Amino acid sequence: MMIATLKGWYFIHKWSSLVCTVFLLLLCLTGLPLIFRDELAVWLGDAVEPPEHVTATEVVTLDALIKDAQSRRPHDHVRFLTLDDDSPAWFVSLGKTLTAQDNSALFMYDARTGAFLHDPPTNEGLMNLLFKLHVELLAGLPGTLFLGAMGVIFLASVVSGIVVYGPFMRKLPFGTIRQDGSFRRTWLDLHNLLGIVTVLWVLVVGATGVVNTLDRPLLAYWQMTEIADMITPWKDKSVPAMMKPVDDVVKTAQAAAPDMIVRFIAFPGTLFAGPHHYMVFMRGQTPLTERLLKPLLVDAATAQVSDARNLPWYLTVLLLSQPLHFGDYGGMPLKVVWAVLDVVTILVLVSGLYLWSKKRNMSVEQLLIQTESDREMVPSSPQGTVLP
Amino acid sequence: MTRPLSTRQIWGMPILLSFLSAVGLVSALLGDGIWDALSWVALATPPAAIAWALYRPAR
Repeated sequence: MMIATLKGWYFIHKWSSLVCTVFLLLLCLTGLPLIFRDELAVWLGDAVEPPEHVTATEVVTLDALIKDAQSRRPHDHVRFLTLDDDSPAWFVSLGKTLTAQDNSALFMYDARTGAFLHDPPTNEGLMNLLFKLHVELLAGLPGTLFLGAMGVIFLASVVSGIVVYGPFMRKLPFGTIRQDGSFRRTWLDLHNLLGIVTVLWVLVVGATGVVNTLDRPLLAYWQMTEIADMITPWKDKSVPAMMKPVDDVVKTAQAAAPDMIVRFIAFPGTLFAGPHHYMVFMRGQTPLTERLLKPLLVDAATAQVSDARNLPWYLTVLLLSQPLHFGDYGGMPLKVVWAVLDVVTILVLVSGLYLWSKKRNMSVEQLLIQTESDREMVPSSPQGTVLP
Repeated sequence: MTRPLSTRQIWGMPILLSFLSAVGLVSALLGDGIWDALSWVALATPPAAIAWALYRPAR
């Protein structure tokens, strides 16, 4: 590599890292507990798990759950019914209005007995604070988009880090950590080793994190285009006088997409359904497809499917990025590995900052010489020098 | 140690570990059970390489 080219990449590595490191540290530190979010929520009392054994008495109707939820919040509106991913539980979410941004309440029911299980706190608690710091810097959508931009800069830092790794390692066998009294040199070796061995994981988690920062704009775009397109033919129809039971709607949807299961149901009048329709979002059942959704527009008066669409490509990308960012798709051991790799990334960030503070005034040539274990000079003419 | 290392010597292990990381990231998406186990093992190789570098016997 030409020394001038190396200087360019080193410049990118240094400055992109300096811009994003503080934010990346925050993301890695808040992300660490968020890996175990579900377990911590139960432990902190913010969430419960349905009991393992129950005696199912009679058939549970969704309408009974809705009625119970409505009686607990007589002035609010039932907006969504969500089937839990990995436990037999339904969540009923209510809002002050049908189209409000936030839920006013979320009630959890046992899907086998219909028993009321829990009223998880919305928008409060330690995990919620960590989540909001991680996702939006407590600054709403602008905070999210800012973190997305920091993520892009971080990716530039990682890629330039890969490029400069080669020239800096041309005399050091892989895995060398010199412990010869120079604290800085030991940490340089650690920075290089820890960074390069985790680089693919960091690139994937970083890139999928950037994609996730676009979730609200992408969902809003989908709602304004495809979902609106599904609803438009019925937009002047009013709410039907007689609504079919939600259980019939679910049966219809299940029959229309037999290899899928219900993920959530948007009620008539909400942003994701028409005035005259439920929107039932079905999901796949394999680890790859369980996050992918298929919307079915179901007539509230007849419980017949009016329209069905496939997920647009950009939402497929978004929904597949989620597991690859969260690390929640391979059980507890995968979460532990995720946490270890996150801690390694924190060490790379901190050691990078430390190294920068110790060598701010050194040129790339001096750094190269210092990096190599012997004292051989690197020719410093800017042109014509080729490094392997 | 004065001779520059070959490209293979410099990049062999990083490329192998990145390949294993990719296998680990993808396999748990493809299925449960054995696919999850493959994912755990494959993604544990980068931390294992770090542990090896830190604790290997002095040469």
